[in-house]
Amino acid sequence: MTAMQIVFLITAVVTLFAAFRTVTTPNLIHAALWLILALAGVAVFYALLNANFFAVIQVVVYIGAIAILMVFAIMLTRREMRDRGKQTSGRWWWAAILGAVFFAGVTWMIEAVALPSQPTAAVPASSIADLGKALVNPNGYVIPFEVASVLLLAALIGAVFVAWTRHNS
Amino acid sequence: MPTTTLLWLLPVFPLVAFGLIVLFANRNRALSHTLALGAAFLSWSGAMAIFVWALNVGPEELAKHPVHSVVNWLPVGDTFLKIGVMLDPLTAVVLFFVAWTIFMIFLYSIGYHNYGQPEGDHDQPGLPPHGATVIDEHGHKHKVPSIEPMYSRFFAYVALFAFGMYTLVVSDNLLTLFVGWEIMGLCSYLLIGFWFAKPSARAAGIKAFMTTRVGDVFMLLGIGLLYFATGTLSFTDIFNPKVLHALGSAPSGVLGLSVAGLIGILLFIGTVGKSAQWPLHVWLPDAMEGPTPVSAMIHAATMVSAGVYMVIRMFPLLKVGTENSAFFPPLAVMAFIGAFTALFAATIAVAQNDIKRVLAYSTISQLGYMVAALGAGSYVAASFHLVTHAFFKALLFLGSGSVIHGMEHGVLHTGEHLDPQDMFNMGGLAKKMPITFWTFVIGGFALSGFPVLTAGFWSKDEILSSSFFGGHPVVFWTLAIAALFTAFYTMRQITLTFLGEPRTPAAEHAQETPWTMTVPLMVLAFFALTFGWTGIPEHFPIIGGILPTWFQEWVGATYKFIPGIFEEHVGHSLLPLYTSLTVSLGGLFLGWWVYKDIKSSDPATDPLKKWLGPFHTLLQNKYYFDEIYDLFLVKPAYWFAETFTFKWLDRGIIDGILHFAARATYDTGRFLAYAVDLPIVSGTGDLIGNIVRTFGRAFRVVQTGKVQDYMVAVMTSVVAFGALVYYLLVVVH
Amino acid sequence: MIPLNWYLIVAAALFSIGLYGVLSRKNAVAILMGVELMLNAVNINLLTFWRYRAPTTTAGMAFSVIVFAVAAAEVSVGLALFIAVYRRFKTIVTDEIDLMKW
Repeated sequence: MTAMQIVFLITAVVTLFAAFRTVTTPNLIHAALWLILALAGVAVFYALLNANFFAVIQVVVYIGAIAILMVFAIMLTRREMRDRGKQTSGRWWWAAILGAVFFAGVTWMIEAVALPSQPTAAVPASSIADLGKALVNPNGYVIPFEVASVLLLAALIGAVFVAWTRHNS
Repeated sequence: MPTTTLLWLLPVFPLVAFGLIVLFANRNRALSHTLALGAAFLSWSGAMAIFVWALNVGPEELAKHPVHSVVNWLPVGDTFLKIGVMLDPLTAVVLFFVAWTIFMIFLYSIGYHNYGQPEGDHDQPGLPPHGATVIDEHGHKHKVPSIEPMYSRFFAYVALFAFGMYTLVVSDNLLTLFVGWEIMGLCSYLLIGFWFAKPSARAAGIKAFMTTRVGDVFMLLGIGLLYFATGTLSFTDIFNPKVLHALGSAPSGVLGLSVAGLIGILLFIGTVGKSAQWPLHVWLPDAMEGPTPVSAMIHAATMVSAGVYMVIRMFPLLKVGTENSAFFPPLAVMAFIGAFTALFAATIAVAQNDIKRVLAYSTISQLGYMVAALGAGSYVAASFHLVTHAFFKALLFLGSGSVIHGMEHGVLHTGEHLDPQDMFNMGGLAKKMPITFWTFVIGGFALSGFPVLTAGFWSKDEILSSSFFGGHPVVFWTLAIAALFTAFYTMRQITLTFLGEPRTPAAEHAQETPWTMTVPLMVLAFFALTFGWTGIPEHFPIIGGILPTWFQEWVGATYKFIPGIFEEHVGHSLLPLYTSLTVSLGGLFLGWWVYKDIKSSDPATDPLKKWLGPFHTLLQNKYYFDEIYDLFLVKPAYWFAETFTFKWLDRGIIDGILHFAARATYDTGRFLAYAVDLPIVSGTGDLIGNIVRTFGRAFRVVQTGKVQDYMVAVMTSVVAFGALVYYLLVVVH
Repeated sequence: MIPLNWYLIVAAALFSIGLYGVLSRKNAVAILMGVELMLNAVNINLLTFWRYRAPTTTAGMAFSVIVFAVAAAEVSVGLALFIAVYRRFKTIVTDEIDLMKW
């Protein structure tokens, strides 16, 4: 067991535990905080995968924007949207079974395939630059890139529009 | 114009008049009687022209080569039934009297139906006219006779009748004769029931038609048998000696008659019906319900004469049939029925009080004379009496119509309610209606056989002498006694009607009838006087031999050339002559003497009532024959129609089947609707719907509306399918 | 080194946990958190395969970037929708929003 593997294992345990607490805690704020921890663990994974850029992006976007957005939303609407009663519906057991079966199935599929355990090559140093070039290359991924931009714009406008309260209409 | 064309045209003129009146001239009275009278005149002139032409040709020539014209009519297998016309001596003579009588009667009808009079106050079509009220120049109201409402219809019917008679007379085969026969039967129904709103007239019309129909059925059987036996119905073909001999010798198997005998009997039954012989005589007295010109025409001149004409025409066949037949030789049957009828009807006539009824029974009696003469074998005598009887009987009927008219005029004037036809209400009319009186006397004397002057004497004498010398003494004496009665009741009639003083105020105010009625009387009286002189037999004392025996030669020639048919019955005894003189003069005297002092109009003062007592009642009620027929024939027929066929068969069985079918259909329908359609067909539909709904209700619980539930379902399916696919692709492979 | 299948198994576990959260939580925001976990698991998968199979290419990375963007957009729109839904139904508990029930 190398050091990386140990790190990996620790991170995996933390992440999975945090995710677990996210979905089981009754308190929403706690769930949000646990989510932040899980996302942080995922960022560590990205780092282990030599996807440094993505680790940073993960922290900035997910934790810094999405999770904070959720926290803001929860906190700003706590009075109106306070949860009462049980937090899990009656079907939690079936969902648990489903999740377990799914996990078991996928894991079995993964084990059934002979997968190499070593990466094929090293990550080139210019991988981020290559990603940047690829994102704006007409022969590359410019279209998904642009579409994603439009998507974000639409989401921005749409969110504002949907949540706009019409007091004087 | 060739004779055959003229022969064909004689019936056509009245038929055309009938058609025109019915279709176009119904509203216009003057046009209707002009058309009818014009047609009668045209046929009369045609008949006269033919008669003169026939006189020129001569009887022997005409008998050997009768004028013929035949047309094919109905196809029957390979051959045709034919219509044809013929002219032989018998036809010519019959045409003579038929044309004259029809013409005179048509003219008479114009006056009888009061042409020129105003329309009646309450007159309705279907009832006799009742008089109209007119206001004269002084403001007095008078009731005068009114015009017949159905004036044009009458002339249409008599025109059709004339068509039927002419067709019968000129026909050359039994089929055409039968056609004319039946047309006259129809017209007698129409004309007897002319005043159809009177129930008695309606019943009389039906009675006449039904009774003659009985005779016609047998006649048709005879015609059919004749056609079957010989294949032809033409007179000249049948009276071929070979054919006659074959018919006479073939046995028919019925009652021991030969075929000719059987045919003869069957045809004679037709005459029994048509000429009102016993036992089918019952229709003729009731037929007096019709207007008097109808009575004259049908019952004197034409229709009843047609019956006698038919047997005269078929005489050769009857004679041949008599020779080989055992039980009912036709001529013997005819002699019996004729003589019986003559006496029978004459006895009834003496007890009748209605002026027309007396003449009706007189007609039956005189027809019996003719039939008896034929039965005795003398067709010449029968034809002679046929012609003279037509003239004087038509004269008597028209005269009685004139009397009734005068009485009705008196009834309207005085406003009395009495029967203008009852002789006991009359009296003294000789002074009031002289022309009618004298012509009636001529006719009555002719009927009684008044010697020398009247035609009836010569024809009756002919019959009596031929039966006496032909070896039929029973017939002779029966007819002689009947002649006595005839003279008696005739003079009774004349005395009660014309002589003495008027017995009622209506008779006081009677007046003579217009020229349209008196001129025919005079014309017919002329013939009633003179026609007999055409047949004065040679052996008659003093005057015999002065004038040629034209009639006997003429009519005798018709069948002279068929061997075995013509027999001259002459003898040298004067017994028949004396007998006929005695009975006729004696009867006339008795009739006058018994009734000359009748003063009251009550019929119960009839002297015969006192002398005969209950027998008189029997005679007055016509020996109750009508009642017997009613009980044994009419009532069973009604029962059969009303109860058996109508109630039981038609309403019970046939309608029962219908009702059953209807109910069965209805019940089947209901059963199908409620037991089959509703549960099975509708039920199946409903069941399918219910199944779908139940399944839907069961399945819709899946739709909870909660998104998470849907997601759970999706994930479950993904997991399951994923496992399945993995299993199939990876593991099985 | 770390075997490939370890990463995959961890991603699968994360995904399953997220799935459980989506399917069993009543509060809509909690469901959104579960969705985020699932998206992260997918991203881990993507980057793992990129690193181990084709590290010299940019396809995996580009894909992952797009997933990031989409996740962000989705969260913002989702929260806005939740606010609107709350205004309408006065509740954010998904079990109580069953207008599409039969």
